[in-house]
Amino acid sequence: MRLLLGSLFALAVAAIVGLGSTYLALSRGAGFGPLTIGSWTAWPKSGTVDVDPYVQASIARIGRLPTALGDGLAFSATSDDRGRPLDGRCDAVLSGVTPAARFWTLTLYNRDGELLANSINRFGFTSQEIVRHADGSFEIAVAPHARAGNWLPTAGIERYVLILRLYDTPVGVATKAGREVPMPSVTVRSCP
Amino acid sequence: MIRWLLLALGGVVLGGIVHLATIIILPHTATQDAYSRLARSARVDAVIPLPAPTPQAAPMPFMDPAFALAVCRYDLSRGPLKLSVPVSLAYTSVSFYTRYDVAYYAINDRAAGRRVIELELMTTDQHNQMPEDEDVTAADRLIVESPTLTGLIAIRALAPEPGLMPMARSTLAAARCVPEDASKASQ
Repeated sequence: MRLLLGSLFALAVAAIVGLGSTYLALSRGAGFGPLTIGSWTAWPKSGTVDVDPYVQASIARIGRLPTALGDGLAFSATSDDRGRPLDGRCDAVLSGVTPAARFWTLTLYNRDGELLANSINRFGFTSQEIVRHADGSFEIAVAPHARAGNWLPTAGIERYVLILRLYDTPVGVATKAGREVPMPSVTVRSCP
Repeated sequence: MIRWLLLALGGVVLGGIVHLATIIILPHTATQDAYSRLARSARVDAVIPLPAPTPQAAPMPFMDPAFALAVCRYDLSRGPLKLSVPVSLAYTSVSFYTRYDVAYYAINDRAAGRRVIELELMTTDQHNQMPEDEDVTAADRLIVESPTLTGLIAIRALAPEPGLMPMARSTLAAARCVPEDASKASQ
């Protein structure tokens, strides 16, 4: 009886620890070798055959196709530069420049990777659409209500994800965070 | 007391094994992964344009709305595959994925350096079986080896502005992926 109780206890602990940690790892998006610059994170190896099992499992769970490294690299941001989660009811500003790339696109999704309906059918920007300053830098207002200049509507959703995809870029597995890879800053300006 | 602590410790060790096993098995059992989703609608060895993602519906999550996307689901068990993709004005890329959504190769229009990206896709065995002279005479033939028999080719064309989307779509409409036997027979 004691043996049975004991093994049941051990198995229960195993199930809770094993499945719980798997769930946590997948929902947090864990993986080896992330490239983090400011509030932006990319997994350069996720687009290669050297993809680690954690990233591969989360890709399968979400059901997306990863951007292949020969095609480009996708950076995602879920919080601003001070670590506060991005809230669609607040006004946020993306400003600065992007690393070298032939094209880039910036897209706003909800946490499930769906686009958000809005009055101007604007789901993101490409590097050619953006209005820039004379020095090539730009500002994008990510806000629930219309703003002058580059406005990316959040539709007032509570949590959103920004994905900045660089296409045909030298940024890759060997890249270290530094001056060669300047990512735009993400700042929350005002919150109701 | 010590007995229960030891049992808990054993449980944690076993839990670690469960964790690793589930992480490794998950991609092989997932039914909502990109390949499985597309396998329901896309037939084998044909370029199928996917609808653009909208807030209401999307073929898969986290699609880039600035791109027109077409996929070719392949099965190399009957022989190699020929792929040709005309290059659009802005940016065109071809990415190769295994059955389990691992990106193993990608090429873009500039790397291809021509107006049409032409590739042959085959398994390592099929590549080894190729007559040697054929390999030599066609030095500019681009051969891609697939690690799995089945998989997915994603063809992407960028529309730098929304108004250019029809042009990007028409580029993809001219892309072809056909089994090599069929392309020889038609010549």
